[in-house]
Amino acid sequence: MTLHTRKPERGTSYMWLCGGALSVNLLLVLGLLVLLAVNGLSYFWPGEIVLLRKGDGSAFLGEIYQRQEIPKPAGSLEPSLWRTQVKVGNRDLYGFEFVWVDDDQIVSRETPAEALLVERLEFGAFFGYLKELRLASGERISGDDLWNRLGSLLEAKEREREAVADFEAGPIAMLNRELEAVRLGTRRAELRAGDPADRAARIAELEARRKSALALFETRGEELRAMRESLRAEIAVLEEVGGKRKELAVSEIVRVTPSNRLGVSGKLGVYASRVREFLLDDPRESNTEGGIFPAIFGTVMMVFLMSFAVVPLGVIAALYLREYAKDGAVVRAVRIAVNNLAGVPSIVFGVFGLGFFVYFLGGAIDSAFFPEYAPAAKFRTGGILWASITLALLTVPVVIVATEEGLAAVPRVVREGSLALGATKFETTWRVVVPAAAPGILTGLILAMARAAGEVAPLMIVGMVKLAPAMPISGEPPFVHLDRKFMHLGFHIYDVGFQSPNVEASKPLVFATAFLLVVVVTVMNLVAIWIRTRLRRKYAGAAV
Amino acid sequence: MIVSHADPRSNLRDAADAPRAAGLRGAPAPTLPGLLTATERDPALHPKIDDPILVVNDLKLWYGQKQALHGLSMGIAKSKITAFIGPSGCGKSTFLRCFNRMNDLVDDCRIEGKILFEGRDIFEPGVDVNALRKRIGMVFQKSNPFPKSIYENVAYGCRIHGVNRRAELDPIVERSLQGAALWDEVKDRLHESALGLSGGQQQRLCIARAIAVEPEVILLDEPCSALDPIATAKIEELMQELKKSYTLVIVTHNMAQASRCSDYTAFMYLGKMIEYGLTEKLFLNPMKKQTEDYITGRFG
Repeated sequence: MTLHTRKPERGTSYMWLCGGALSVNLLLVLGLLVLLAVNGLSYFWPGEIVLLRKGDGSAFLGEIYQRQEIPKPAGSLEPSLWRTQVKVGNRDLYGFEFVWVDDDQIVSRETPAEALLVERLEFGAFFGYLKELRLASGERISGDDLWNRLGSLLEAKEREREAVADFEAGPIAMLNRELEAVRLGTRRAELRAGDPADRAARIAELEARRKSALALFETRGEELRAMRESLRAEIAVLEEVGGKRKELAVSEIVRVTPSNRLGVSGKLGVYASRVREFLLDDPRESNTEGGIFPAIFGTVMMVFLMSFAVVPLGVIAALYLREYAKDGAVVRAVRIAVNNLAGVPSIVFGVFGLGFFVYFLGGAIDSAFFPEYAPAAKFRTGGILWASITLALLTVPVVIVATEEGLAAVPRVVREGSLALGATKFETTWRVVVPAAAPGILTGLILAMARAAGEVAPLMIVGMVKLAPAMPISGEPPFVHLDRKFMHLGFHIYDVGFQSPNVEASKPLVFATAFLLVVVVTVMNLVAIWIRTRLRRKYAGAAV
Repeated sequence: MIVSHADPRSNLRDAADAPRAAGLRGAPAPTLPGLLTATERDPALHPKIDDPILVVNDLKLWYGQKQALHGLSMGIAKSKITAFIGPSGCGKSTFLRCFNRMNDLVDDCRIEGKILFEGRDIFEPGVDVNALRKRIGMVFQKSNPFPKSIYENVAYGCRIHGVNRRAELDPIVERSLQGAALWDEVKDRLHESALGLSGGQQQRLCIARAIAVEPEVILLDEPCSALDPIATAKIEELMQELKKSYTLVIVTHNMAQASRCSDYTAFMYLGKMIEYGLTEKLFLNPMKKQTEDYITGRFG
């Protein structure tokens, strides 16, 4: 009889079970990321512009969007038929942007070299041909020269467009602010008790300011009208596949892509330009086009503000629970309550935020400091400050739990070492225990940030909007506007994907935005992890 | 017999600390009627100590219902090394932690009796525990450097006590590290993490940290129990140096260590002081059978 029987060791199967479960999880996460990345990132790649002709003589010019089997009745023995969805654009001319073409009706399929994709500020894409340019001087350009002239003209027009935007954001916006300040000042003067003569003088002074601002507004308005006029001076004449012509101001054109003539490097250029637009520009056409910069900015800023609120709150609470409170029934109850708080549905926090922060606190602030805003509100309405604090409440349990664990991991002998040197308990906690627990605190913050960046429901009622007129940080004093409403990537996904008038066109944007949200969260986490690693290295030696 | 009197050097070394330490001095030296208890009445079991810096009088300590120390009385000689030996659980560490009131941190610990430091009972209400701990430093069994740089570890105590200027701290740090015989090994890496040091270096760093605040007494709670023989030898050598400026009280498991480096040795057993005397005398000629059994290794 042999001593070495090859029997499987007990427990091996469980190891495989655990490993298998982990693999499934990783695969799911990886699959999700790949799906988002592929669908989101391919959106910016300029596709072939295809001309399809049907047997009945109709023709379609555009990019192939997808191909699918035509559904047939159950049990049918007919051979499968396929159909193709083409993005034909030209919404203003056709009234639709996508068509389905049954494959068996297609008689020809070409990729005309001169076909263009024209991305416009309004009405989305235009597929067709460029026929003529009419310059401000009245000169008409067509033929070979067309393409060269168009390029430089587009660049010039983009600069001009920016100049107009700057003018609107500069002098015009300043006048608007002045008028609003005068209105609020007048209202404030009316509300304030005091000498009627003083008040009348103040109001008269404000009225004078208003008059001069209005007068200036006239001249500035004239300037702006002139600028806009010259902006629209050049006209491009476009022709769609059916021969219908469209006259379009060159300033309305964002980008002209002759996809069929571009090589890989040219397409890469277009790709980069589109990605840049997506990342850095404001949205257009009810969020279905343009960029999502305000949403990125809003998300990041909100998470930042949230972090500033949640870390002190959570750390101090955890310090009390772990360092000062005597372990007893009350502390246990508080711990259970904290843990349960983490399980409360987020919308409940939203409702609380609306009731307490917006209506109660915001109302108190408004009536104390900004009575002149009534019946509108400054703080008694959702804004990025209230949203951040609401999310801080939502995530504070995570920080408390992680901090407590970090504090518990600081050895008792280290505390005793500090006390034995004559340090008080507070000095020991502040100078030794908290720094040593800093990595744990940062772990809590990382978890809190991840949760906060993905949260949408509570934000919808405390200050998030689908399109914010102005950003929470801007060039006008006081530069940081915590009362302003903000955009958010999570809500943007919902809005673009499910509330948009043009669902088919915005589908890739949903993927792109979702991918970007994941990237933003990842980047913020990586930064926090980097800080944590540095702290660990600082406080722990090579030997540990 | 023991004569306890206020330390003539009652002015603190650091005048800035005067308010903090006020609780510890200024009181008239108490007369000590009935101070002497069983151990001291028997001169054979208690050495004659002329100038004790610490006087323990009938110290009893309970953890909850369990009594850990049963009426200890002794004097600790100034600028000498006093060692406590005894089997595990005999209460020697507990006793040591009474001197700087570290037992305050234990929730259900109750103490009766007195420890007089320069004539004043350290358990009296109104005594500033933090000032007491500054003057009676401690080095623990397990080295416990703070998760900070070497420099900051040594400077920590000074910063706590209000010295924050780099110009003042630098010489203190250097002197303390030299005092702990660590300077040459770490002078080029002062701003690296203290946790990167070896065990022996960490323990010497803890000693440097303790002497940086210039205490009068240093309590060492089995400082070498986690160290190899070479590191242990270094610490023992260091103790001989330190004894010139400080009073050292050491708890040790290692009888050889006690006999090598201490001037006085107390043998404790089950929370009682069995025998206390000059080290040489205790090890060569113990008065009590229990002591003899222990030091010869027949039990414990």
